Amino acid sequence: MNKTIVSEPMNTAKPMEYRKSLRRLYRSKWMMIMMIPGLLYYLLFHYVPMAGILIAFQDYNLLKGIGGSPWVGLDNFRIIFQSPDFPLIMKNTLVISVYRIVFNMLPDVMLALMLNEIRSQWFKRVVQTITYGPHFLSWIIVYGIVFSLFAPGSGLFTTFVRDMGWGELNLLTDADYFRPLLIGSDLWKNVGFGAIIYLAALAGINQELYEAAVVDGAGRWRQMWHITLPGIRSVFVLLLILRLGSILDAGFDQVYIFLNARVYDVGDIIDTWVFRQGLEQLNFSIAAATGVFKSVIGLVFILSANKLAKKVGGSGIW
Amino acid sequence: MVTKSDRLVDALIYIVLALFALSTLFPLYFVFVMSVTPYTEVLRNGGFVLWPSSFTFQAYKEIFASSRIPDALQITVFITVVGTFLNLLVTSLLAYPLSKKSTPWRNGILLAIVFTLLFNGGLIPTYLVVRELGLYNTIWALFVPGMVSTFNFLIMKTYFESLPQEVEEAARVDGCGDIATLVRIVLPLSAPIMATVGLFYGIGHWNEYFKGIMYVTERNLAPIQVVLRNMIQTPSISQELAVNSTNLAMLPPETIKMATVAVAILPIVLVYPFLQKYFIKGVMIGAVKG
Repeated sequence: MNKTIVSEPMNTAKPMEYRKSLRRLYRSKWMMIMMIPGLLYYLLFHYVPMAGILIAFQDYNLLKGIGGSPWVGLDNFRIIFQSPDFPLIMKNTLVISVYRIVFNMLPDVMLALMLNEIRSQWFKRVVQTITYGPHFLSWIIVYGIVFSLFAPGSGLFTTFVRDMGWGELNLLTDADYFRPLLIGSDLWKNVGFGAIIYLAALAGINQELYEAAVVDGAGRWRQMWHITLPGIRSVFVLLLILRLGSILDAGFDQVYIFLNARVYDVGDIIDTWVFRQGLEQLNFSIAAATGVFKSVIGLVFILSANKLAKKVGGSGIW
Repeated sequence: MVTKSDRLVDALIYIVLALFALSTLFPLYFVFVMSVTPYTEVLRNGGFVLWPSSFTFQAYKEIFASSRIPDALQITVFITVVGTFLNLLVTSLLAYPLSKKSTPWRNGILLAIVFTLLFNGGLIPTYLVVRELGLYNTIWALFVPGMVSTFNFLIMKTYFESLPQEVEEAARVDGCGDIATLVRIVLPLSAPIMATVGLFYGIGHWNEYFKGIMYVTERNLAPIQVVLRNMIQTPSISQELAVNSTNLAMLPPETIKMATVAVAILPIVLVYPFLQKYFIKGVMIGAVKG
């Protein structure tokens, strides 16, 4: 009932509204023209691919295109879920993701806390400058570095172990060492960078809180527990939400480069599997369907993580 | 009121941090050492050592004497320079109008842009779009599919919003249109953010690997990171470098590999001081909600 009453006056107001927005559009014509290249980019490389997920429901053929390929309903998803690879790549993805959350987020916080305790400003600056540098190196370079240390026969560590008579190592193709190498090199590359955001949060803490705590007789650890840690809690929660939201991204950039056939059992993740299915074996529809599955789960995860964060008392991302 | 245990904790923190900083630098140092160690040294020591008694730049001469590495560097320099320029152009042309509340459909457009952070079509549909557009196996495929980074876009938009509006209004009163205001007033005021975002984009291009294996298959379009990865993986270097291998026989393959790694690291090290000056600021602006 209410609806119809409200919509009456709106209808009469429409032509004027319309003319007004048209005038606004004309006045901003240069602004609109400026945006064309950028909007075209988002349309072509983000929204057209979103429409392209239609091929997940087809038996897509490069020559026939989307228009000519036969529709197969959910067959592709059935094939994926029944594939013997599926449980394996799900497990690897989740395990590597969780490892990354634990062994990246906590060291980030620890580094920030340690830097925060340092009184010597130059020492702090030097350590910071050095440690966030590797963030800007490519994973290929990081792999090169891993190679220089652990390559069979020539790596520094490998030859050292050999010379000590402890045996020949081949860590790069050893399933037991794949994940530690992955996480370890990630740590080396990104901890310094990850600490920055916490340092900024720490710098924002009101110094009077510490002075008051000292007056009240709180020691170093109590200050940390009651002032410092609560000061970075919201940033931590925020980053945790983002991490949880992308838990099915186990770090394709790095894993693909580090991966070799000998370690598929522990290192093959959803994205590397999709890459091989799609671009190497040209099973476009299977690969796209896996991508859709991943994107949908990711969206659900990030929305629920955000909701959870709000419920727990902090603020979400939006 | 510094207690003894406090001082102990302090000392421990200094030691841990110093060790951490050293372990960050050490691998970079070792890559360089490997790249300059002569074969005779390696044979004598039964492997690479931390401190070779002599060194040679032969490996660097070899990689620049081949055509493979210089060609790949040329591709990478091209996409870094042209790509970064176009990135900055397109990103600022998008960010400026969207930093103004008066722009029609502003909220809808922003929502559509931010939504791409939450949901995407995935690898395969994007790959098919690149093919359909005729970019496949062209140099454009190496940077056009990443023309605007949403993160960089948000940094720039936030910065434009923070500029004093009075200056722009004065320019408009003096008869400047939207484009003139952007070019004459806003961009000159935005040098620090352009430097930050430009460095982010530039480093992204320099480190480009995946577009190089997904969108181009021709060898002469391979960027340096692709060639480097192939080199690290193949045991025989001469095949990858495609040069006369008489000189190469005098060098262990690892030396050539590490020399190439060092060449790929060098530009990053060179821009690092600039990067450092701006990027913390950039990260912080970006962390503020778009």
